Amino acid sequence: MNAPRRSSPPLRSPEQRRGDPATTAPRRSSPPQLSFGQPVLQLRGIVKSFGANHVLRGIDLEVARHEVVALIGASGSGKSTLLKTANLLERIDDGQILLAGDDISDPRVDVDGVRARIGVVFQHYNLFPHLSVLDNVTLGLRKVRRLARADAERRGMTLLERIGLAAQARAYPDRLSGGQQQRVAIARAIAPDPELLLLDEITSALDPQLVGEVLDLVAELKGAGSTILMATHEIGFARRVADRIVFLHGGRICEQGPPGQVLDAPQHPQTQEFLRRVLR
Amino acid sequence: MTQQSPAEGSRSLPPLSDLERGRRVYRHRQARRSVAISLLSTVVFAVVIALVLVGSPGWQVTRDTFFNPEYFWPALPKVAEGLLLNMQVLAIAVVGVAVVAVVLAGLRSLKGPVFFPLRFLAAAYTDLFRGMPFLIVLYLIGFGIPALGFSDKPISVVLLGTVALILTYSSYVAEVLRAGIEAVHPSQRLAARSLGLSHYGALRLVVLPQAVRKVTPALMNDFVSMQKDVGLISVLGAVDAIRAAQVIVSNTYNYTPYVVAGLLFVLFSWPFIRLTDWLTARQQRREQIGGLV
Ligand SMILES: Nc1ncnc2c1ncn2[C@@H]1O[C@H](COP(=O)(O)OP(=O)(O)O)[C@@H](O)[C@H]1O
Ligand SMILES: [Mg+2]
Repeated sequence: MNAPRRSSPPLRSPEQRRGDPATTAPRRSSPPQLSFGQPVLQLRGIVKSFGANHVLRGIDLEVARHEVVALIGASGSGKSTLLKTANLLERIDDGQILLAGDDISDPRVDVDGVRARIGVVFQHYNLFPHLSVLDNVTLGLRKVRRLARADAERRGMTLLERIGLAAQARAYPDRLSGGQQQRVAIARAIAPDPELLLLDEITSALDPQLVGEVLDLVAELKGAGSTILMATHEIGFARRVADRIVFLHGGRICEQGPPGQVLDAPQHPQTQEFLRRVLR
Repeated sequence: MTQQSPAEGSRSLPPLSDLERGRRVYRHRQARRSVAISLLSTVVFAVVIALVLVGSPGWQVTRDTFFNPEYFWPALPKVAEGLLLNMQVLAIAVVGVAVVAVVLAGLRSLKGPVFFPLRFLAAAYTDLFRGMPFLIVLYLIGFGIPALGFSDKPISVVLLGTVALILTYSSYVAEVLRAGIEAVHPSQRLAARSLGLSHYGALRLVVLPQAVRKVTPALMNDFVSMQKDVGLISVLGAVDAIRAAQVIVSNTYNYTPYVVAGLLFVLFSWPFIRLTDWLTARQQRREQIGGLV
């Protein structure tokens, strides 16, 4: 029951589907077939190259349920690439990726089904400009989870209230500030109640005074029990919310540990060098 | 969260300064002058054209053969009836074009070597029918298909004309749509796919709606030109507006019915031409909010 299922599609077991009535918003619950403590995400020996550019040279990383892991590293160190491989937006050259025990690097896997289980927020929000804020948030619920519009919108409004943007539900994204857009993008990502949330430098395109509202929202998600793997260059924020900091360098994990350890007493000279530059 | 309340109403603005008042008076005067100048030049231009026409040596004959009220009014109902057929063909063809063009554009947007044959076929189709003059397509379909002899009964020329129209215009529209699809930033597809939408779902729900908005003016242009080309089905013998006019002309040797048909076509497409202009202008306004140039 708890052995990693080498599953072909669909990834969500039938029992789980039946227990997930379309009339109720998806609940935050650990899938019943999981043994407690099984990592949500397991990356084993991930290798990824772009031509001769070997971006990831063997990454081993696990993210436990309710854990927040922050990826740090210089620009071009492969943080985005790592996140994309976890979401199957990039195909790995070697290694294995397990999502709640399912091997999602298996070519027989239902790629869309896997992506529906993972929420992603990008640096440039990438909201859908032709859809209202509410429709952006509910698109996945309606078209992937197949919720009825009324149910999807009820859940969408709850989320928008939570992020303080209920009044803008009918507005279009271009009417919102960058910070508001990014909060909507987060709401869109968490709407289907994903097992894992991937955040890729979600504040680096924002004006400094807008960064706070987005980071506060992430801290709140952590409080609500989300499992998060995030690339960030906000070292202060990583210290505040991350359970673990992972420093990428040269395509490998150079150093990792609790924030207090990695950020305040880095062991590796590369980590020291990197932190000296960003904390300057 | 930190929401700014809308700024205080304009009531609390200070009264207009004399400086701004002066600027507004000046702009108003300038605007009135521009309108006067353009009105005057239009009138002068129209008068010159009229004088040249009326003063030309053959004006009397031209007027009697092309603009003769004696033939104009009797021709109108027959030609208008023919136009009804044009409208019907157009309505059906538009639906056909929309379906075929979306499928073609969708096929051409497929990525990966697996889909090469499909992409190739779609590309060959659009290249062929974009390059071939519509009249030739009409002849080939209109006379070629019946020649194959699949059916004992004669195939309706209206049907054949509609098919020809769909073949030609779906290739134009497919290219326009493809340009629109390519103008949608790839990150939109990425965001859609990462929600778990399929390739098809992302295309239908995220990419195509944005693509169509981007190319609406071009699509409207194709539509307007289709409205005119629908008149060419008369070469197959369909009794449309042009054919109806032709029948009268061959009996009377007066060309006024052609003018009637021409005017009716213009009248018919005019609302769409205006709509196209309006849409284009609105899009331009949207994209340069707040700019002066
Ligand atoms: N699609 C791609 N094609 C080619 N090279 C890429 C592609 N995506 C990323 N890279 C390269 O991979 C390296 C890592 O990029 P990235 O993962 O974006 O780093 P980071 O997010 O840490 O800044 C960079 O050298 C970048 O140029
Ligand atoms: Mg990056």
